[in-house]
Amino acid sequence: MRPAAWGVIATVLAGIPLIAGDYYVNFTSQIFIAAIFAASLNLLVGYGGLPSLGHASYLGVAAYLSAWLYLKLGLAHWMTAPIALAATTLMAGLFGLIALRATGLGFLMLTLALSQVLWGTAYRWVSVTEGDNGLRGMTRPAPFGVSLENPAAFYYFALAITLLALWLMAKFVGSAFGATLRGTRDEARRMSALGHDVWLVRWITFVYSGFWGAVSGLLFVYYHKYIHPASLSLTSSAEALIGVIAGGSGTLAGPLIGSAIVMILKNYVSSYIERWNMLLGFVFIGIVIFMPDGLVPGIRRFRTRWWARWKARRS
Amino acid sequence: MAITRRKLIQAAGAGIGASALGFPAILRAQGDAIRLGLLTVKTGPLASGGLDMERALVMYLRERGNTIAGRKIELFVADTAGVAATARTKTQELVEKNRVQALIGPLDAGSALAIDDYIRAQQIPTMSVAAAEDMTQRKPNPWFVRATSTSSQSAHGMADYSARTLKYQRMAVIADDIPYGHEMVAGFQRVFEEAGGKIVQKLFPPLTVPDYGTYLAQMNQKIDGIFLGFAGSNGFRWLRQFNEYGLKGKTNVVGGMTALDEAVLRNMGDEALGILTACWYSAEIDNPVNRKFSPAFRAEAKYDPGFYAAATYVNGAVFQAAMEAVKGKIEDKSGFMNALRALKVDTCRGPVAFDTYGNVVGNVYIRKVERKEGRLVNSVIHTYPNVSQFWTYKPEEFLKNPVYSRDWPPAKNLES
Repeated sequence: MRPAAWGVIATVLAGIPLIAGDYYVNFTSQIFIAAIFAASLNLLVGYGGLPSLGHASYLGVAAYLSAWLYLKLGLAHWMTAPIALAATTLMAGLFGLIALRATGLGFLMLTLALSQVLWGTAYRWVSVTEGDNGLRGMTRPAPFGVSLENPAAFYYFALAITLLALWLMAKFVGSAFGATLRGTRDEARRMSALGHDVWLVRWITFVYSGFWGAVSGLLFVYYHKYIHPASLSLTSSAEALIGVIAGGSGTLAGPLIGSAIVMILKNYVSSYIERWNMLLGFVFIGIVIFMPDGLVPGIRRFRTRWWARWKARRS
Repeated sequence: MAITRRKLIQAAGAGIGASALGFPAILRAQGDAIRLGLLTVKTGPLASGGLDMERALVMYLRERGNTIAGRKIELFVADTAGVAATARTKTQELVEKNRVQALIGPLDAGSALAIDDYIRAQQIPTMSVAAAEDMTQRKPNPWFVRATSTSSQSAHGMADYSARTLKYQRMAVIADDIPYGHEMVAGFQRVFEEAGGKIVQKLFPPLTVPDYGTYLAQMNQKIDGIFLGFAGSNGFRWLRQFNEYGLKGKTNVVGGMTALDEAVLRNMGDEALGILTACWYSAEIDNPVNRKFSPAFRAEAKYDPGFYAAATYVNGAVFQAAMEAVKGKIEDKSGFMNALRALKVDTCRGPVAFDTYGNVVGNVYIRKVERKEGRLVNSVIHTYPNVSQFWTYKPEEFLKNPVYSRDWPPAKNLES
């Protein structure tokens, strides 16, 4: 996209709290959180060719950890956030050791199994997680003395983190390492023959992806001020995966568009249509039929074709 | 197609215009209608109860021409799907987008806990259906009242009845492995054991267990009765298997307020006959309000109103009483809340008033399943009048104990 288009998008995003009501500001903040989450999953699914069904683990564990440290140990936010991020990233490292013993379907099942263990733990370890009641009473931090309780303040905070996250993820996939990662996706054996340590490349990506999952988890718990085992469930992982695939895996904008669509259907359209799950299914099937590789690549292809045809007619 | 400055300005203008269209200004004329929100569940396993909640509340408002205390009522219904995070988002939608001035619901404890601090911060009077004990006990919320009951409020009565009237001495308890189930059987255990009985077995199958076979096989055989703390359709499923295993008649069965709810009773057969349950409502209660409500609901829904239908119908009456007390001035939030907490009103469940913690003091009925006009009904055989959430205990002493749970009160008489 051209810089001018970025400028327009940035202006609109920065202007939302000025013209929209609290509800829409909060709603957009939630889309940002979902977008970071989906984008981090996209590193694995889209760029690494590693379909994960357990990505909610990182969101959930980071959220639970920071809430637990804050509520039970009384630590301040500036301490809980780095601890939660570090511990979750460490956990991603361990999970990577286990899950990357396989690729493809095996990897999918391993990530699913690991996340189900965490989900079960959150439900059952009542003395720590309060089980089905969830942890409540969390507050939002006040970086540099600015309280984030106000919807607009939280919005700008989430926007800043989102832009930083997306920029760093774009840097990651745009780097030489990112090219290697795509190589391991497309031609794992050839990359191996060329002397690349395929496993290590995948593991590093796994950890990096887990880290950004944890960041979205922190934002999630700050936003909701509440965390429940449902955030660790298969549904939570699957919604992100649907967002990535619908938007276009392996593209930078795809997960953003995809997760925004899922959020809009889930939180907005569901007020008007009771069976929004069904609608999400239809939308997903429609995307897969007409644009099998997702919305963003599909639209891009459509535009190129249309552009070529238009040019041909003119000449 | 290079972007010229003019095109950029056009695009930006169009973008802002579109977003302005997409985000309708909140400052529309407020009008005189009162905006009432209902948090219910219309999708997922809890949907049958959630749909009853909506139906009964719509009925209540329709019977009054959608006008209460001289003001039109506009109802906004939101589906939490029984998921805590969704409940939070949906509550924000009701408050920030639809500008509701009071809430009825939510259905489940998880959702109630998830919105606890939000309704506190936004100061939204909330008339809950969810039973989570601590919302009106150790962590009471000033904006929260509950005209239905806590998890254990009815179970206390059932325990008393089992020990003193039925003279049971040894009992087992079984409930879903969720806080609602834990709290209910904990209350049952406390009152039953303090009345001289012994709880010899506690079983907690997962909420979505497909088969109760293993739980029936390990059931203690030397008991006088078993108490069911199930929710949803699990009471029905357990009872059917209990019957299939040939255990009917071998031991007595009693239940809590949702074990044999009218909503599932209609699917049961003779195996349910004679079972006793305790609840704050029955479609069979004989009082002036219920004599109208119960047949009207049956005419519309083709089945009897149960726990969930009565819950919103009672809350409708509570809302109306408070509205009339403040002469429709709901905009004075604390005035409305004070009226809500101070009111006394006759509803389909009988008289309703609140204690200082915002929880109802009302009748609890012991009901027996009987066949009447071809359908199964919960006939009232005994009434405990004006039961508090603290049963007969002193509130201060009750609150010194930890909240009811899987492990409290400790079960000292278990035999395995």
